[in-house]
Amino acid sequence: MITAERKPMEEILDFIKPYNSILLVGCNECVTVCAAGGRKEVGILSSSLKMAFMKEGRTLEVKELTLERQCDPEYVEELANQIDQVDAVLSMACGCGVQEVAQRYPEKMVFPALNTKFMGASESQGVWSERCRGCGDCLLGITGGICPVARCSKRIMNGPCGGSTNGKCEISPDVDCAWYLIWERLKAQGLEDKYEDIIEAKDWRPSWHGGPRTIIREDLSE
Amino acid sequence: MGNFEPVIVAFCCHYCAYTAADMAGSMRISYPANVKIVRVPCSGRVDTKHILEAFLNGADGVYVAGCLENDCHFKDGNIKAAKRVKYAKKLLDEIGIEPDRLEMVMMSAGMGEHFAQVASEITEKIRKLGPIPIKKH
Amino acid sequence: MKTESVLEKVFKSGKLVVTSECGPPRGALPEKVKEKALLLKGYVDGINVTDNQTAMVRMSSLAACIIIKQMGLNPILQMVSRDRNRLAMQSDIIGAYAFGINTMLCLSGDHIHFGDHPMATNVFDLDSIQSIQMVKKMRDEGKFQGGKDIANPPKMFIGAAANPFADPFELRVARLAKKIKAGVDFIQTQCIYNLDKFETWMKGVCDRGLDKKVYILPGITPMKSVGMAKYMKNRVPGMDVPDEVIKRMAGVPKNKAIEEGTKIAVESIQRLKEVQGVAGFHIMAIEWEEKVPEIVERAGLLPRPEV
Repeated sequence: MITAERKPMEEILDFIKPYNSILLVGCNECVTVCAAGGRKEVGILSSSLKMAFMKEGRTLEVKELTLERQCDPEYVEELANQIDQVDAVLSMACGCGVQEVAQRYPEKMVFPALNTKFMGASESQGVWSERCRGCGDCLLGITGGICPVARCSKRIMNGPCGGSTNGKCEISPDVDCAWYLIWERLKAQGLEDKYEDIIEAKDWRPSWHGGPRTIIREDLSE
Repeated sequence: MGNFEPVIVAFCCHYCAYTAADMAGSMRISYPANVKIVRVPCSGRVDTKHILEAFLNGADGVYVAGCLENDCHFKDGNIKAAKRVKYAKKLLDEIGIEPDRLEMVMMSAGMGEHFAQVASEITEKIRKLGPIPIKKH
Repeated sequence: MKTESVLEKVFKSGKLVVTSECGPPRGALPEKVKEKALLLKGYVDGINVTDNQTAMVRMSSLAACIIIKQMGLNPILQMVSRDRNRLAMQSDIIGAYAFGINTMLCLSGDHIHFGDHPMATNVFDLDSIQSIQMVKKMRDEGKFQGGKDIANPPKMFIGAAANPFADPFELRVARLAKKIKAGVDFIQTQCIYNLDKFETWMKGVCDRGLDKKVYILPGITPMKSVGMAKYMKNRVPGMDVPDEVIKRMAGVPKNKAIEEGTKIAVESIQRLKEVQGVAGFHIMAIEWEEKVPEIVERAGLLPRPEV
């Protein structure tokens, strides 16, 4: 899933300071699962913002709405009949959702309430960590199912580097060494020999370095 | 400010604090009338949103009263409540409201006297803090 | 001979090679570079010039290498992949070669997190092994990494680093084998204090016949004080300082610490000289270059051969 975290309240308040009414739009997908921008967080942020305004002797009108999916035009359309009743929109979706809303309603100010973080998995309740960086050319088939692009701090394709200590990364004892994990996995699978195959310099064109990316499925597109 | 009477909302777990409040009553131990009790099936039922709504609707102080550690009727609702209270305190701090207006307390059903004491202490603390700095409309 | 590198010539002569290093200054101070290089003149066969070491901005390795080259000495261009993509790396390699610099070291580099610009982006377009492949392709095939021909390709003698003590230990020989497969010519190791463990690693290297395919220079760094020994043990990732070394440093009065540290360095060299596969020494006296000549001399590594 795409993970996100709420922005500091001060930054959000700074965005909406000039307005008296906002549409606070959550998203029922990834950000709901990572407890950043679902219906519940919309409710909590709404109350918090109202209190912050009241503290200044002002009243903030908040319309709360959580869309099924904020990165899909069909769902974003649902805002059409409410958008004129508010001064601005505060989106609790990932960057994709914020942009979708901003694009559909170009006359409205649309602000992000979240910082979009990474594509990750839930490690345990309340803990998410990075797993994929969308490089566009998946290496997992040759790296024991553990991604060095996303999980090695130095993105080393032929690791581990000299800083690996007790299975942890040189940047912090809280960060697993991806190459230690890869090696353990290869061993468990009896694929030790595979380790000495050099992974050649990566072609970054399929990744973000090739410019903004588009996927077109001709059988589906109009 | 001298005759400021704070409004305090206490979310009380049915299995401990609520019963303790009841016991305080039957033991004729008085506690401040400022404390408005909201009975919940478990302190774990109290959400951050409930706490914020209490403040928004006029509370000057809020506390969540759950069972003693390891005594939760639902295993660890009290621990979860304590974490939420901590989170809500941070939120309050971020919007410029004293986090001290919110507390988590733990007690057992038999602690009637303790319930009254906690109610008095928190009332006194909030009285000192003064009215919540949000203008009610 | 693959290159004109003095280092390659000394290795080929069968004599023990001695290299050292100098960190460029944090400012436009060419005299500083000259001063440090002069201290090493006549005592070493090559001088590594670090590339923004510990992720702190310094004079570029290339510029400092040019200064040293122009003094008639042999600089070794260190190049980390942290700060440059493959375009920048290749253009710097050509630039270096245009100034007669023919020996280099391919590294990934310390993570930016450790330096004074933790807010910067990490590049890591290539890793050290892929960098080695690139430099070898430039030299042996005369082609850029992207595949096009190079006019007058740079002939670099290619070095890399190895840390025999990093985890997992069982991978340390295999990773060296990978660097050799990529085309590395010589290896400089992390500072060696745990000689037993180094020898175990070397045995693994020799058992696979890797010592015949690459020249290995164990790293030697003299300790200045017991404080430094403890710092290296506890704070430097991938460093193995045994308790006996700490004890030795702690066992002498403060004013004798430098002598004890020097003694340990000299004794280490003498012991490691006898180890199969050791082709020389990389003596790193961090910000203490003036100590190198004494160690080289006391370890019996003088005179340096004329090649």
